[in-house]
Amino acid sequence: MNNNFPEIRWEFIGDYVEAFINWLDTTFAGLFEFIRVISFRTINGIEGFLSFLPWWVLLIIIFLLGWRFKSVFSGALYAFFIFLVGTFGLWDVLLTTIAIVLTSVFISLLIGIPLGVLMAFSKKFSFMMRPILDAMQTMPSFVYLIPAIFFFGLGNVSAVFATLIYSLPPVIRLTELAIRNVDKEVIESAESFGSSKLQMLKKVQLPQALPTIMAGVNQTTMMALAMVVIASMVGAKGLGEQVLISINRIDISLGFEAGISIVFLAIIIDRVTGGIADRFQKHRGTD
Amino acid sequence: MEPKIKIEHVSKIFGPRPKSVIPMIKEGVSKDEILAKTNHTVGVYDASLEVNEGETFVIMGLSGSGKSTLIRCFNLLNNPTYGAINVDGENIIEYNAKKLKTYRQEKISMVFQHFGLFSHRTVLGNVEYGLEIKNYSKEKRQRIAMENIENVGLKGYENKYPDELSGGMQQRVGLARSLANDPDILLMDEPFSALDPLIRREMQLELLDIQDRLKKTIIFITHDVNEAFKIGDRVAVMKDGKVVQVGTPEEILEAPANDYISNFIKDIDRSKILQAQNIMIQPNALVSLKDGLKVAIREMEENGVSSAFVVDRQRRLQGIVTIDDVVEGIKEKQSLEDVLIKDVTTIDKQEYVQDIIPKALEAKFPLAVINENNKLEGLILRVHVLSSLVSEQETEDNTVSES
Repeated sequence: MNNNFPEIRWEFIGDYVEAFINWLDTTFAGLFEFIRVISFRTINGIEGFLSFLPWWVLLIIIFLLGWRFKSVFSGALYAFFIFLVGTFGLWDVLLTTIAIVLTSVFISLLIGIPLGVLMAFSKKFSFMMRPILDAMQTMPSFVYLIPAIFFFGLGNVSAVFATLIYSLPPVIRLTELAIRNVDKEVIESAESFGSSKLQMLKKVQLPQALPTIMAGVNQTTMMALAMVVIASMVGAKGLGEQVLISINRIDISLGFEAGISIVFLAIIIDRVTGGIADRFQKHRGTD
Repeated sequence: MEPKIKIEHVSKIFGPRPKSVIPMIKEGVSKDEILAKTNHTVGVYDASLEVNEGETFVIMGLSGSGKSTLIRCFNLLNNPTYGAINVDGENIIEYNAKKLKTYRQEKISMVFQHFGLFSHRTVLGNVEYGLEIKNYSKEKRQRIAMENIENVGLKGYENKYPDELSGGMQQRVGLARSLANDPDILLMDEPFSALDPLIRREMQLELLDIQDRLKKTIIFITHDVNEAFKIGDRVAVMKDGKVVQVGTPEEILEAPANDYISNFIKDIDRSKILQAQNIMIQPNALVSLKDGLKVAIREMEENGVSSAFVVDRQRRLQGIVTIDDVVEGIKEKQSLEDVLIKDVTTIDKQEYVQDIIPKALEAKFPLAVINENNKLEGLILRVHVLSSLVSEQETEDNTVSES
């Protein structure tokens, strides 16, 4: 049956994208190498530091974090969770996962907060960025694994890159929202004292926006964690890789152990960053 | 004397092309008509005002009258669409960014309706903010900030956060913060409206107190007539973005420019605004000390009154004589001094009517209004006190207030 769709062929749009990616890869080879080295060093540094610590020191750190930002009971529970992961024989891969997640979050904040600030200040920029952010969040994550391999090869760095694309939008969006939502009178009062734009940002807008930005950090961390399994498809090590292995081997027991470990890690990170966000919320409420 | 602030033909229009509306404003097209025809909202409509140095100038109007928009023109939080704002002879609208920053840092500061405090900073951190952005040393700005915190009575609270303070205390922080910069001009945008009545009254008195000491030029916004007349040396009434009347509280009370204003001031407690000098009449029967009793009788006869004030050559009040005493005195061949009643209730000419009422109720004779040199300026009868409480319109309309 002929539906009379005109004979226009745009199949080659994909070719254009491919050519563009190739061009990027060759033109900015130096830049990508730089990013790769930096990310690689960061991940290895964090991982090296974590594995340098005796296992019980990490348990104590987790306990203290939980205690400080939640309660004694939470601290003990979180330490127990991590202990359990150790008993599964997944201690080393756990550390790798923590390293990848921390690196991704760190880079997300480094890029995301300034972008969010720019979007809050410029309507045009915000208008431009919004569809890009939507695309970043809705594009199936497997799709951008391909250019990640292209630029950074297989391994943890590609994992960080892929994770970044997925976890960057919440911190950008929430930073923009937070800065736009600072009370109008507070902005006016800072302005009435003759603050410069930079003083206003540093002394008023960012501190006032911090609780919301922290909520963004929490979101970003959770999304980074959600990416660990997918990222393992581009050769990332860690808990995600164990899940992938268990799928290939149809190994229910390993799958469960690795899966529940990710859940434990997610709970701990969510509660602790959430607790930090609540801390900031104190004295900064709008009413 | 050159006024401290002089604004001329200031208009502020909101909408896509504000400048395009200016010709209509010059032709005097009404605010509503402009909205209907061009979809532009007129915030301030051709306002011209002068504010003198050291004066508390109140801008009064209902919500939507443009008063908050107008006050934000004085520090250019709102940039007027048209007009000139001269402060110390300089048109601040022509300032570049740098000059404007200096102007805001040195000359003018603002207190906000909802305080506008930085919730992430302590009281001290809030008060020192203005000095911090001027790059004062930490030690210097904290010293100045502490002085100002003490001045508003918040000593001991400097390390608290705003959300730990009551509304009244928060506004004290706002006041201390704006005074810390030692500005010439203080803008106050309905500063006490968000406070409950008791705290509001306390803050009003405190502001008067502070103003007594510091003699700033204050521009004060309010929708409350009583507050306006209590605080203001002069009051401007705004309606639909226009300034409809400017004058001292007494002037506005005695001669409201139109029905809108007379409606506005209908509910005001006149006894707190009017002073003795506003309601007194010229003393009609006056007797000099050296005059005899016969002169006194003739004075009273001619004026149809039953008592007369006695003054000396400098018109200083000596006492009062009544017709009965004088007639008695003539029979007894006494002198004026023998029948003189020295125990006369005197009233300072600046005393408020509310303080005069109890005296008027007790007094057997007319009340003598004197100035600081004890000179007789006028007299007040009980009927004057009572009639002063009724506004002119009410007497004309012969209506009775429902309340």
